[in-house]
Order: sequence, then C-alpha cells, then structure tokens
Amino acid sequence: MSFRTPLSQVTGSGSAKSGTAHWWGQRVSALGLIPLSLWFAGSVLQLSRADYITVIVWLHTPWVAVLLSLFLVTLLYHAYLGVQVVIEDYVHTEWLKFTSLLLIKFACILLGAAGVFTALRIAFGA
Amino acid sequence: MADNRPLSPHLGIYRWQITMTMSILHRATGVALAVGSLMLVWWLVAAGMGPDAYGTAHAFLSSWLGQLLLIGWTFSLFYHLCNGIRHLAWDAGWGFEIKTLYITGYTVWVVAILLTAGTLWVAYTGGAA
Repeated sequence: MSFRTPLSQVTGSGSAKSGTAHWWGQRVSALGLIPLSLWFAGSVLQLSRADYITVIVWLHTPWVAVLLSLFLVTLLYHAYLGVQVVIEDYVHTEWLKFTSLLLIKFACILLGAAGVFTALRIAFGA
Repeated sequence: MADNRPLSPHLGIYRWQITMTMSILHRATGVALAVGSLMLVWWLVAAGMGPDAYGTAHAFLSSWLGQLLLIGWTFSLFYHLCNGIRHLAWDAGWGFEIKTLYITGYTVWVVAILLTAGTLWVAYTGGAA
C-alpha cells in the first residue's frame, strides 16, 4: 500500500514538488533533436554558399517550414530545461536565480515565437 | 546554516580524469548551443525581413568572428549530440562499467571531431576532393 496522500498521488509530485516531468522532458526533447539537429546542420551546410534567393526558396518548401518549426520549438524547450538546471546549480542568490530563470524562459519563448512565425510567414509566401 | 557540518569531498580532492572533463564539457557545449539559438533566430528573422537584413546577418557570419563562432557551434553541436546519446544510453541503464565508460567516452571524442572536420571540409571546399 502507498503512504502517500490522495492529493500527492493525483499531483504526481515528489519532495521537490515537480516530479519527473523535467527529467522526462529533457530526454524526450533530446531524442527528437537527434534527427532534427542533423537535418538542420546538413541543410545549412548545403546552404553555406547560397545567396538570399536560394535560402528563401529553401525556406518556402512546406516540409522545411514544418521541420524548421519543430526544430526551433524542440531546441528552445531543451535549451530552457538545460540552462534552468545550470542556473539552479550555480546561482544561489534567491532573487537573482528567480530573475534569471524568468528572463531565460521569456527569452526562449520570444525566440521560439519569432522563429516559428518567420518560418511560417516565408512558407506561406509573404 | 552551521559552518562546521561535514561536507562531501569537492572537485579539488579528486585526481583528474577524462570523464570529468567530458561531463563539464557537455554542460559548456549545451550553454554554447543555447546562445547559438540567438544567432539561428537572428539569421532566420533576417531572411524573413528581406535582402538587406539578411545581408547584415550574412556579413556577420562571414566575418572572422562569425566564422569562429560557427566553428565553435559546429563542434559544440556534434559533441553535445554524441555525448547526449551516451547520456541516453546511461539513462536506459547501459554502459556504466568503467571500461565501457572510457570506450564510449573516447568514441564520442573521435566521432565528434570527425563530424566537425567533415563539416568544415565541406563548408570550406564545397566538398570537392
């Protein structure tokens, strides 16, 4: 039998009140980034000598927009989870830790929104 | 907090081992790649804004500083990718024996350096032999 309270079982949280969601999120996004980052690295390598028009034509391809959006979101989610742990490990002043965590989170969301919006805008032909 | 509590031994007490360098390098390359996402989004947004903005981003990436950063991010990506796969194997419960730990560790170095060298070779020569 479990000695955990019904509330504790429902929330699924451990003593740190976060459970294993962070750990799993980092691993699952890592798994997704294996093919996505290889695809992106290979693509920009092919584009390394390309001019502006060639880059736009590439970004205009539908599956490029899909993969690029997925890559950006997965990358920034994975980056946030990683940088979060680094800050929690090294920043011990409470207000500074709290402020940097918030700033990093907002920065990642802003970068993701700007990147995905741009990818879709080019793909839809603006 | 009391100052005289017993503490577990810290880094300075241990003999240097390649495994500890690889561990901190995983974190360092991860942070470097997180910073690189700024460059990636700048490049993409610039492409969306038009030829002039794209030209500015492209000029920065073509400068010696931009090239240095790109080379650093290339190695960081391949190192973090290879060592990340090593981490996932550990998470699955595989590869904790000391011997395996060193074999996979050196494999990560070799593969990451080869992939970086191959990428730079294609980038700077166009892949022509």
